[in-house]
Amino acid sequence: MTAAAPPHVGRRSIRGGGKARLRALTPYLLMAPALLFIAYFLFWPALGAFGVAFQTASGQWTLANFQSLVRDTDFGLSVRNTFLLLAIIIPVEFAVALGMAVLAQSRLRGRGFFLYVWSFPLAISDLAAGLVWLSIFTSHGYLNSALQSLHLIQHPIGFLNYDNLPGLVLAVVAAETWRSISLVMVVIMSGIQAIPADLGEAAEILGAGAWRRFTKVTVPLLKPTLQVGLMLRTTTAFQVFAVVLALTGSGLPVLATRTETWAYGARNYQMAAAYAVLLLLLSSLATMAYLTTLRTPRGVFQR
Amino acid sequence: MSTAVATRAAAVPGRRVEPGRLLLYGCAVLVTLFMLTPVYLIALAAFSPPQAIFDYPHPLVPVGLSLENIQFFLTYQGIGPALLRSLAVGALTVVISLALGCPAGYALARYWFSGKDLAQLMLVNVRAIPMVIISIPLLVTFLEWNLYDTVASVALVHAAITLPLTILISASVFLRVPSELEEAAMSLGTSRVGAVLRVVLPNSVPGLATAALFAFVTSWNEVFVAVILTLRGPTLPAALVQQLAASPLAFRFAGGLCLTIPAFVFIFFMRPYLFNAFGVGGK
Repeated sequence: MTAAAPPHVGRRSIRGGGKARLRALTPYLLMAPALLFIAYFLFWPALGAFGVAFQTASGQWTLANFQSLVRDTDFGLSVRNTFLLLAIIIPVEFAVALGMAVLAQSRLRGRGFFLYVWSFPLAISDLAAGLVWLSIFTSHGYLNSALQSLHLIQHPIGFLNYDNLPGLVLAVVAAETWRSISLVMVVIMSGIQAIPADLGEAAEILGAGAWRRFTKVTVPLLKPTLQVGLMLRTTTAFQVFAVVLALTGSGLPVLATRTETWAYGARNYQMAAAYAVLLLLLSSLATMAYLTTLRTPRGVFQR
Repeated sequence: MSTAVATRAAAVPGRRVEPGRLLLYGCAVLVTLFMLTPVYLIALAAFSPPQAIFDYPHPLVPVGLSLENIQFFLTYQGIGPALLRSLAVGALTVVISLALGCPAGYALARYWFSGKDLAQLMLVNVRAIPMVIISIPLLVTFLEWNLYDTVASVALVHAAITLPLTILISASVFLRVPSELEEAAMSLGTSRVGAVLRVVLPNSVPGLATAALFAFVTSWNEVFVAVILTLRGPTLPAALVQQLAASPLAFRFAGGLCLTIPAFVFIFFMRPYLFNAFGVGGK
């Protein structure tokens, strides 16, 4: 967004100091309500979470919440599962989304239709995605039905059984990828569109084939976009919640479902906040890792 | 018409289809199938007769059409009110988000002021804040305010979540209204506020409608904050989460379909703005 020249500055400033001062204040007065609102309902509570996590219910500063956190039965599991999902989902999603973005850019016929279908999950909630894939992965669901009809299995596989970790992970990865790959695709497409077309043409004239143009021109110039996309997507992947809940119940505990269990089920806000603070710290660490390993001159989350 | 088709058909054999392009189409069709098959299957599950849930293996084509599951879901205790509450939260979110966001967007579009870059940076960075972390302190705040478990509390947070995007979209919308129009109106005797109300806003309706739609969809889809901030008065996704463990599969499938279908309508109208809203490359 570029700054438009203020159309009226100077013209009426002859009328005197009071009015001119008011005019100088106008943009601040226009911005203030929105920014204060965001600060109060988003930034302030984010800080407040630390207060809740480091205090007892009666308001004394303590580390006890974190001591109970690491003793929580599902603590280790929820950390492991969150990272496990992240480590599978992010690479798969970015690889496929990169392909989708390139496909959508190559002048295929029916491009509008493809783009529409590929982007509709942008408007789907994680809960809906979980429920959609539940119909596929239940023991009498469509995946087992299809496999059985093709005589590939004799008995239905319990993908979502408590003790079937690969099955649970497969289901969550499928649903979460299906839901969020559109976002990654759109992010990457906006980056590809910002690459000057003549660079690719120049490479073509110099004899580079499609694959070489992709790896030597497109991908390097996409690095800033990929960095921002990775940070954005990793932050949301750390918060994976309703997909896991809808598909696995409590079979695959992750950080966000543990937070909800302590807040909603147990009404223990200190424990819930401790989980949330841990989640924020881990996702901040990941963001910093991306910033240092994929260093570019752009600012964080800069458009 | 028929001659046009004939010449086209005649032209095709001359132009050989490259195998590379065929491969591209193959990939595109594969991705499309990956996107649409789950929607087809959930629709199949939701529209099957209730007893068909227990058939195994399920047929992968429709055998009978039944609205019983959908009806069961919509008339299930608490779902109707939750649906209305979701609509109310969404509407209130849109109102707050536009009321606070449009003035800010106007400031970004029409004024230069020091601190502007900082404000924009803050707006773009807001999406890095996890919903999980803000919901617990907000829960405590709303308990103190006696707003816990109300439509207003959820709408306030949803408005805050959607505000950055509303501001950025409305700023880009206002930028497209030439400031000469405003000046012309003012030279005809109206004040700046009058010019905004009579010239800028009427010319911005389609763009602002999209901003409103984005805000509504975000609110409609938001699960975590709604689950934490409500108990007896949940929104539709929160009500579904509450019922998840206890409800039969037919209920969950019908619920899944009901939450999925609006997305096709939403995205249809949001398409022109997808890159504005979700893109990060660009300028």
